Amino acid sequence: MKTALDGKPRPRPPLIAKAITCFAFLILYVPLFTLVIFSFLGPIDGPGSPNGWTLQWYRLVFSNRQILDALSMSVWVGVWSTLGSTTLGTCAALAIERTRFPGRKLLDAVTHVPLIMPEIVLGLALLIWFVMLRITLGSFSIILAHITFSISYVIITVKARLFGFDESLEEAARDLGATPWQTFWRVTFPLILPGIMSGALMAFTLSFDDFLITFFTAGVGSDTLPLKIYAMIKFGVSPEINALSTLMMGATLVLVMVFFKPSSGSAKGA
Amino acid sequence: MVPLAERIRPVLKTPPLLVIPAIGWFFWFLLIPLAIVMVYSFATKGTYGGIVFNFTSENYVRATDWIYVRIFWNSLKLASLTAFSCLVIGYPMAYVLATARPKFRSILLMLVVIPFWTNFVVRAYAIKVLLGENGPVNQLGMGLGLFIEPIIFVNSAFSVWLGMVTNYLPFMVLPLYVALEKFDFSLLEAAKDLGATSWDVLWRVLIPLTRAGIITGFIFVFTPALGEFVIPDLLGGARTMLIGNLVTEQFLKTRDWPFGSALSLILILIVMVSLLIYLRTEYKNDQDQATAKGV
Repeated sequence: MKTALDGKPRPRPPLIAKAITCFAFLILYVPLFTLVIFSFLGPIDGPGSPNGWTLQWYRLVFSNRQILDALSMSVWVGVWSTLGSTTLGTCAALAIERTRFPGRKLLDAVTHVPLIMPEIVLGLALLIWFVMLRITLGSFSIILAHITFSISYVIITVKARLFGFDESLEEAARDLGATPWQTFWRVTFPLILPGIMSGALMAFTLSFDDFLITFFTAGVGSDTLPLKIYAMIKFGVSPEINALSTLMMGATLVLVMVFFKPSSGSAKGA
Repeated sequence: MVPLAERIRPVLKTPPLLVIPAIGWFFWFLLIPLAIVMVYSFATKGTYGGIVFNFTSENYVRATDWIYVRIFWNSLKLASLTAFSCLVIGYPMAYVLATARPKFRSILLMLVVIPFWTNFVVRAYAIKVLLGENGPVNQLGMGLGLFIEPIIFVNSAFSVWLGMVTNYLPFMVLPLYVALEKFDFSLLEAAKDLGATSWDVLWRVLIPLTRAGIITGFIFVFTPALGEFVIPDLLGGARTMLIGNLVTEQFLKTRDWPFGSALSLILILIVMVSLLIYLRTEYKNDQDQATAKGV
């Protein structure tokens, strides 16, 4: 991200600002690091090697049937909701950015509704609606709910990508005799693909991470990973949850790295 | 390359085919459900758990009961405290970010974003582990002889505060960073050259000129924090009832959906009022800038 101000001298922040920043990073990261370290620590009171390093909690996680079920549920929901929302969102973003039609402004406003509305309201609204439609609460209803909030993020991400698009490339393709279909698949699509990919990545992460809306639309016996972790935490602190949480953080870290590589800048919601 | 604003777009009479599925989806899974919540809020719970549509305002009247007003008040207090704490911590942070060297800045930015993407249940749990009876804070404190018995930090106002602030801090820092990143820092020097004290520079130059970022950040934190109940639930032992708990209870336990709907509409109303305040300030900001340019 280069800006015009990059060249200008910037003041050195006062000491108090630096101190507060350090404090903020401390409270953000110390809990997370604690969790990671604890996930590798052996049982404290047990026999054998107290406080030695161990992978036993990770073995426990991978042999826990319920956790694996929750994981596969999360991945299943994530993949389908990502496919759904990316397709719908990309098409909508193309139309919104490239044409003018009645209701365009209204659609733009509606797109922002899931972003500003308290999650809990969307969750319960969908719960009521699914019950009225007699849709069984389970993986299907979760996917429908996740698509609903992910579309907005996809539309915004892809629209941002289309905004800086050099349309003379498409004109050149048309001038050279390409059909609209060819122009789209050979020129437009490859160029906006990074935008679509970051939209899809965001949709997947949002789906994988979501707690509240899933909490309302999941019904009984279809826990996703965050729901499962929540249920486990309600029972109390355990090394197994430490290991599972560390794994989730690792997955997030990888996703953020991937997300920041192709398009530096665009963060969630921004 | 032609500036995009000048590009001519085909003007269509109806929404194009490409956008129809998304419009349909929003209509079917967003607008209709929200409309139903609105209708439900004027209905009553039937004797056998069904819904009686008798269009009464009794749910709203009930919501003005002292018990529920106190719950709303609790949520407002927690959301304001969280937003205010995030502002006090986030503003200096954004300042440091905006004035850092570009390379260092992108690392700091990344460090702000990573927790933002980390699952919030995991983060709340991490605080629970950190502050727990056998957690590192207690072990360290006892090891250093600061206290003899482990202090129960979890299930306290402090752990809830810590959980809320660490969860919402990135929502505050990012818009503030955007505002400060565009800020012309030579204005600070100019003010100082004209004899302003550091205090004056902060309150009369820096803060007024980054007001839009402050308000955006405040809304970004305040709005979701208002409906938040999972973090207080995990870290506070569910001792104070919040709107989020109350609404969830209506839907998943007592099954009084009409009352729950009315409560959530009041929640939306509060959010909308705060957004309106935001939009008005933005508008005023634009007008101020327009008049400043006109002069």
